[in-house]
Amino acid sequence: MNAKASSGGFGPQTSGPGLRLSRREFVAGAGALVVSFALLPRLGTAQAAQESRAPALPGSLKDTPMLDAWIRVDADGTITVFTGKVEFGQGIKTALVQLAAEELVVGPARIRLVTADTSRTPNEGYTAGSNSMKDSGTAIMNAAAQVREMLVGMAATRFNLPADSLVIEDGRVRAADGRNVAYAELVAGQSLHVTAQPQSKLRDPKSRTVRGKALPRLDIPGKVTGAVAYVQDLRLPNMAHARVVRPPSYGARLRSLDRSAAEKMPGVLKVVRDGSFLAVVAEGEYQAIGAMRSLGRSAIWDETATLSPKTDLYAELQSLPHDDYQIRGDASASAKAWSVESSYRRPYQMHAAIGPSCAVALYDGGKLTVWTHSQGVYPLKGAITEMLRLPPDSVHCIHMEGSGCYGHNAADDAAADAALIAVAIPGRPVRVQWMREHEHLWEPFGSAMLTSAKATLDAQGTITDWQFDVWSGTHSSRPGQAGNLAAAWLLQSPFALPTPKPIPQPEGGGDRNAVPLYDIANTRVVHHFIPKMPLRVSALRSLGAYMNVFSIESFMDELSLAAKLDPVSFRLRHLKDTRAQDVIRLAAERFGWNGFQQREPGKRLGRGFAFARYKNLGAYAAVAMEVDVDRESGRIDVVRVVAAVDSGDVVNPDGIRNQIEGGIVQSLSWSLYESVAFDDTRITSRDWSSYPIMRFASVPQSIDVHIIDRPGTPFLGTGEAAQGPAAAALANALASAVGVRIRELPLTSKRVKAAIGV
Amino acid sequence: MITLNVNGKTHEVDADPATPLLYVLRNDLKLNGAKFGCGLGQCGACTVMVDGEAVYSCLTPILLLQGRSIKTLEGLGTAEQPGPLQQAFIDEQAAQCGYCIPGMIMRAQALLERNPSPSDEQIRAHMNAGLCRCGTHMRILRAVHRASKTMQGAIPGAKRA
Amino acid sequence: MLNNRIIEPPYLATASGLLNLVKHTRPWNIILVLIGALAAAVAVAWAMGRHTSSASAGSPHPGPDASYDQTLVAKGAWLAAIGNCNTCHTASNGRTFAGGRPLSTPFGTIYATNITPDRETGIGSWSASDFLRAMHQGVDREGRDLYPAFPYDHFTHVANEDVNAIYAFLMTRDPVRAKTPANRILVPRPAISVWKALYFKPGPLAPDAAHDASWNRGRYLVDGLAHCGGCHTPRNALGAEKEREDLAGGTVEGWRAPALNEASPAPSLWTAEQLVVYLRTGFDAAHGTAAGAMAPVAHNLSSVPEAEVSAIAVYIAARMAASAGARATAAGNAPGSQGAAPVERSARGDDARQADVRPAKDGDAIYRTACADCHDGGRRGIALGYSSSMTDTTPANLIRVTLDGIHPREGEKGELMPAFRGALDDTQLASLIAFLRARFSRAPPWQDIGGEVAKAKRERESEDRKSS
Repeated sequence: MNAKASSGGFGPQTSGPGLRLSRREFVAGAGALVVSFALLPRLGTAQAAQESRAPALPGSLKDTPMLDAWIRVDADGTITVFTGKVEFGQGIKTALVQLAAEELVVGPARIRLVTADTSRTPNEGYTAGSNSMKDSGTAIMNAAAQVREMLVGMAATRFNLPADSLVIEDGRVRAADGRNVAYAELVAGQSLHVTAQPQSKLRDPKSRTVRGKALPRLDIPGKVTGAVAYVQDLRLPNMAHARVVRPPSYGARLRSLDRSAAEKMPGVLKVVRDGSFLAVVAEGEYQAIGAMRSLGRSAIWDETATLSPKTDLYAELQSLPHDDYQIRGDASASAKAWSVESSYRRPYQMHAAIGPSCAVALYDGGKLTVWTHSQGVYPLKGAITEMLRLPPDSVHCIHMEGSGCYGHNAADDAAADAALIAVAIPGRPVRVQWMREHEHLWEPFGSAMLTSAKATLDAQGTITDWQFDVWSGTHSSRPGQAGNLAAAWLLQSPFALPTPKPIPQPEGGGDRNAVPLYDIANTRVVHHFIPKMPLRVSALRSLGAYMNVFSIESFMDELSLAAKLDPVSFRLRHLKDTRAQDVIRLAAERFGWNGFQQREPGKRLGRGFAFARYKNLGAYAAVAMEVDVDRESGRIDVVRVVAAVDSGDVVNPDGIRNQIEGGIVQSLSWSLYESVAFDDTRITSRDWSSYPIMRFASVPQSIDVHIIDRPGTPFLGTGEAAQGPAAAALANALASAVGVRIRELPLTSKRVKAAIGV
Repeated sequence: MITLNVNGKTHEVDADPATPLLYVLRNDLKLNGAKFGCGLGQCGACTVMVDGEAVYSCLTPILLLQGRSIKTLEGLGTAEQPGPLQQAFIDEQAAQCGYCIPGMIMRAQALLERNPSPSDEQIRAHMNAGLCRCGTHMRILRAVHRASKTMQGAIPGAKRA
Repeated sequence: MLNNRIIEPPYLATASGLLNLVKHTRPWNIILVLIGALAAAVAVAWAMGRHTSSASAGSPHPGPDASYDQTLVAKGAWLAAIGNCNTCHTASNGRTFAGGRPLSTPFGTIYATNITPDRETGIGSWSASDFLRAMHQGVDREGRDLYPAFPYDHFTHVANEDVNAIYAFLMTRDPVRAKTPANRILVPRPAISVWKALYFKPGPLAPDAAHDASWNRGRYLVDGLAHCGGCHTPRNALGAEKEREDLAGGTVEGWRAPALNEASPAPSLWTAEQLVVYLRTGFDAAHGTAAGAMAPVAHNLSSVPEAEVSAIAVYIAARMAASAGARATAAGNAPGSQGAAPVERSARGDDARQADVRPAKDGDAIYRTACADCHDGGRRGIALGYSSSMTDTTPANLIRVTLDGIHPREGEKGELMPAFRGALDDTQLASLIAFLRARFSRAPPWQDIGGEVAKAKRERESEDRKSS
């Protein structure tokens, strides 16, 4: 989840056509205020954006500075808030509404939130990198505060009273003499089409009524009662259903096809073929599935053995061509004799959404509309426009929620499929959903990674030298270009996958969190970036941070063992950052770190601890974990987990808790079970029986999340903060329980048992 | 024509009898609760109840269902008047993306109708057939426990404060 | 497979015992049962008056604190895996070997004991010779007879050195303090001696010079430690394996353990190579998945040296091949060749044995719509013509797999078939089963499928009640 296109400064995402949006006009209903809608042309880089406007505006206001691009107050009283970010289960919609409601001083129910839509909302790039609160939250909060001040100013003029004598109650400005006026009345004939100011008059944290509270998620009641909640549920009039016949392996080409049987099947409208891209459209969904299977039986593919399952994956990683980036320190940091050296391994792992990707598209009158659960509707629009070779501005992408994606999964690919098929049957909306094996076989995986850590300790147990190397493929091959879409590789005139570039520090991709937050005299960190990986890879939640934190925090335990120091105090003595210290102390205290003992004789209980600050600039998270290891089977039972998190200024504590809990469970699933399997040609992890994930029988007895609130401080992205620490805490707890250190993910029963021995 | 009894209402469905119930619910009856997850009976996103048992609607052809009683998420309540399990999921905020949740609720409903006060171990064992990828498991378990209590009147009309 | 069989200990002449016995026994067995019960009653009186062996067999007592040769411990580990000790001696969600797993019998419940080296609740105070005596003679440390749920009728064949290796392995486990719950059973221990007098034949097996070393090793493991007959051999009214029907197929917790002798129902004859793959991975493409009580056996064998599994496979394959010709004729199937084409034929038309056309027609429709997607397209599940569940003497396994599916171990890859319990009502299930039998086997139709369906559902309900 790289930085959004405007600030990422690398390759494909910044150069596609269609990213520039012309200024549009929005006309509200009769008698209402006509508000110009303001989307400035996006500039290529954050630097350019900053150079063009000084001082810098907060959050995404930098790129979209007009207030009415974010907030619209209609004469009928409707307040609409626009965000370029999307909901995928992280609760961002609720948090953004809370921010707007707080600053506008209205009840949250009065706010209508519009999420990413290339015709309506600001372009905030991708919803990724745990940046939504920092980017969009900051922008909306400031925009709302500035709109409120404008409205109060209008009321002051109307009442001829000083602004600071007025109070606001739920969208109504009141004077001490009893006169009052609603926002809706104030905006009549006025324009909010003004540029945001660098400074906002934010509400005093002490007087907050909506922010900082566990406002129940706005989307949950609909989701638990069967509302149209996902793009999968979108049902347009006269909609047809399509299915794609995907190739069996990377690089496979459709040699021959007999489409006659499928074409004769009931309900079948059209077989769509362009090169090796093959799909079928039918009236009914199950009819489309039947026709897809029929086509699949008749299709003959030429496959190439491009994978090397017999070779050691990690030896292969080091042997692949790579570009080296020294991201910290220099060669002089190399110590002559290391006290401890270790290397760590992480296989390919997948997003594996529960709901296969889906999109609906309609091509009508030369205009293409795509409903998608992509994390970046603007970049997707550019990629689809390029793939279909359509004129600029003929594609409109609208976000609707999908099943949780956890990064760049097949959402964009499904949208591309729907676009290709819709163009083939103009005038009819087409819904495409991937089948389970499509999702498993074709989504871009989280890259396999290898790390090496070396350090020296002085006589006092202080780390004096540190060297860390990480080998990884890319963590962003998101669309922006047509060649990032799976369908585009298959076309008669195909698009090649663009060569990826590394996501620069400080966010980083494969090297995300590769620089330790610890204070160490000499540190050298090298990122060995592998541009071309054998398997399709891209952003999986937390990117390289999962593996780098797993490595660094496992290594910290190994060092503390060598130094004969307690792992928690060992970490504390290497940290000057007091917020880091605070989460570590809180997690340790609530876990009962110091009093921990093997309370049940005969059990192999262990305790593990880990800490990281996501990207070294997001949320601080510390995780303490108790495991019980069955020495005979090697099975690890996670008994309880205690986490402490500092996300800066807390908008919705339950939202943070939900993200951290979920992040821990997801990381446990990755770390205990998950590894993509393949033979020399095909991916063989094609469903839940060949790619098992965590089930209820194995989730911990309890997970407690403790939050440190820092009112008035910046938002620190939280959605990916738990992954790395949870993995390392698990490995450290395992080592504490049975005395074996496993440095290769996942920590399967088999691997644990092999390490324990008889 | 196959006659299906869904949430107490009778529907004449004009579909191939081989069609799995899931597609009939979603496309013919326009009910969104049951979701397509795998089509293989491995994940539980499509779970509905048939004659009181949790069933994978993605694998159950409608020809098996003539004269049987089908209950979907929509049969438990509405957003305005949620059923006890739905309310418990709201109260516990037991969803992230929420895609698996309708199946989880229907699976839990089948358990609670058979055993109104299951132990934690029984809940975990019963729910094990359902997959969640967001890691909402702890909340789902809490919601089922909560519903078990509310359905027995221990917390009458409990609502989130 | 101690946990997976209905234990039928010697009968006691109590009114309720007899009543239960009569309820659970086929009519033609009643006479036997009564004779047995009478004998038991007499024997109890005799046994109660007789002093059992000394409190401990004494002699070498290395116990848990001794140091053991690691090679010996490693050997003990895989021997214990062949013996499936963990399967019975581990409660669900309990520590391995700490016991407590309930074993249901018509007379009550026996709990598998704690065999970790905990001194008070496990076998930590047992000497090597106590352990040897238990394995070979079926008595506990105090010399009291053990219920034959512990398969000493097989373990008595295990060589001393192998028993010692297992002892070394167990003594080096983590001691777990876990008191085994008291058995809730109506049969007093002394009655066991009657059973032993009738059926227990202690001592090693003599090697069979007519066969090679591998076959002999295989037989040693199969008849001894692996105690395959515990499940795969039918039992008589007093719960003893029928000697003359060795490996002829048995019943365990409602599952059919198919015959492993010449009566094997497998549609294509097992080769030793296929058996090795099946036993070590739980799956063979030409035969299917190790489900039910066989799943943990395969899991255990995955950690055993291949040569040992090979020996088991050689012996079993030889046993099954013994009457390949006769068997092939009886089953009307082509024997021998690896991956032989599965049986498949029209369920309608020429099938005079099909008692009722209606269920077959319904079953056909159910198969096509609910099963064929996976089983008939080469996409996932095996083609059902390969499965011995179609050709076995009872539909027990087919019914159970259809009702409850097949599930891999937690977090591990493996065949996964969903449960169809709720999707099919009893009539639909019975129609499907009848159809599958007709289509995928040449054997005669099963009788009383409806009764078997009801029985499978009853057993499950009783399990549900137990766990609640």
